[in-house]
Amino acid sequence: MNAPGTDYYLERAPLVLRDAIVQWSPVPAQWLVHQLITIVAILAVFGTFFAFTTIAERKLLGRLQNRLGPNRSGLPWWKKGPKLWGLTQPFADAVKTLTKEDIVPAAADKLLHFLAPVLVVTFSLLTFAVLPFGRNLIPVDLDAALLYFFAAGAATELAIFMAGWASRNKYSLLAAMRALAQVISYELPLLLSVVPVVLIAGTLSTQDIVLHQGHWTFGFLPHWFVFTPWGAAGFVIFLVSALAESNRSPFDLPEAESELIAGHLTEYSGFKYALFFMSEYFGLTALSGLGVTLFLGGWQAPCPFLQFIPSYLWFMFKLVGMLVFFIWVRGTLLRLRIDQLTRLSWQFLVPLALINLGNAAFWALTAGWTGPLQLVRWGVSLAIIVVPFVLIGRRLSGTRAPRIYRYAAS
Amino acid sequence: MTLALFILALLILGSAAVAMALRNLIYSALLLIGSWAGIAAFYLWAGAEFVAFAQVLIYVGAISMVVLFAVLLTKQGHAPEPVEFTSLSRFITGLIAGGGVAGVLLGAILGMPLDVRTAQAAPSLTVKELGARLMGPHTASLLVIGLLLTVALLGAVLLASDKRPDQPEDAP
Repeated sequence: MNAPGTDYYLERAPLVLRDAIVQWSPVPAQWLVHQLITIVAILAVFGTFFAFTTIAERKLLGRLQNRLGPNRSGLPWWKKGPKLWGLTQPFADAVKTLTKEDIVPAAADKLLHFLAPVLVVTFSLLTFAVLPFGRNLIPVDLDAALLYFFAAGAATELAIFMAGWASRNKYSLLAAMRALAQVISYELPLLLSVVPVVLIAGTLSTQDIVLHQGHWTFGFLPHWFVFTPWGAAGFVIFLVSALAESNRSPFDLPEAESELIAGHLTEYSGFKYALFFMSEYFGLTALSGLGVTLFLGGWQAPCPFLQFIPSYLWFMFKLVGMLVFFIWVRGTLLRLRIDQLTRLSWQFLVPLALINLGNAAFWALTAGWTGPLQLVRWGVSLAIIVVPFVLIGRRLSGTRAPRIYRYAAS
Repeated sequence: MTLALFILALLILGSAAVAMALRNLIYSALLLIGSWAGIAAFYLWAGAEFVAFAQVLIYVGAISMVVLFAVLLTKQGHAPEPVEFTSLSRFITGLIAGGGVAGVLLGAILGMPLDVRTAQAAPSLTVKELGARLMGPHTASLLVIGLLLTVALLGAVLLASDKRPDQPEDAP
């Protein structure tokens, strides 16, 4: 199979399908149908993706904790048959949350209490618009796509505040402030970890960033940004910040279910709670998609001969890989305390991200080096990020490690 | 297109006006944020993508939080009484100060040579060109703004830091 391009029939299949439906619809409504199909496709694909992420998470966490996870739900009219490994659980959950009573506190601000979950889901869905899912598949190809992504994500902070304030519950409000402190402090390393990619690729367009990573050294070593010293460092900073931004364990302090009740979601029940839950997963999926796009080569195949698998499947493989990694982290690491959390961001991640920016600038300036100088380039770039990592880490842990457990039996 | 502009203007000005009229500060802040989002929509309408997203990121994302935190963390008793008319001198100073600001603003707006033209084709300025402009002819202003913000940040840190010696937070 010689290198399939944009005309490869599997690459074109979704577009052909869309165009067929557009052709079939009445002429005056064609532009509307054209846009609606994109929206419906994103909603359907990522809606089901969300449903199966929840079951995958419960199953995998179960395995990590040496139990089975949900395995009871089957099909309603199929009493005797196999249980389908509990795969229909998310649909049962959906029916449960939809039919649960929606409790609004009497003193709550009814309008804002209602608006907060709606706002948070809307804006977390908006971020999917600029992710390039495949060679030909990008809902909106903006020139300032990265900026759009973070702008759309910014409104979730507003929703957290609205949820906490409108509940008219002091614990909700306090938890919302804590959640905001966390989200705001990790926004900075997240943005700073993305800037080196923009610096090297020279564009804010996500599709162009992916195209920039689409070459191979010696025909099999991909030019993904994660395989450069600055890219690897940026990717790790991005991963940590993305975990904190989407309130995932080990940074799930806002909604620490074993310590707090549910943080700013205390007064939410039924489907409104499910909407918050959904937006959390949408946010995580979108951030994972952005990480795949920026550092892991997006929809590019790892080797040229693997290009016969269409690009959108590669994107999904990588996305699923990221999510499984996040679930693994959740099952492995312990929750941080709030002071540890903010210290990690401000004293460790932000300086490292700034140094990494300089590292990327060095990488961009030395792009012309060839031959043995190439080795020097890699060595210097590695040193620029590893030496500060060790030094800052030593300095920060100096007064605090080894940890002495005063109240727990050793 | 003009209809969209009118709807946007109504949204921006309407939410700003209601924000000023409401007694509940949180509502006012949220409406103000709505007004900022409307301005971002106006930038989008005008074809300035980059500025629109920057507006959302900075105003709706960051400055809104500053405003809301300021409202929450400052002391709020019961709804403050409307300020009574106490002294003539205060009234006159207020009038002079407000009138001065209004005069300066009006003079600036009226004195500006407004370039009224019919709509041309949408200007296609990529983010890259915008960046080159900022780093080329406008470097000085960029640096001045950066310095100003750094000074403000340092001032905020100075105000917020208490002078106690560094205590490990692990201490019970």
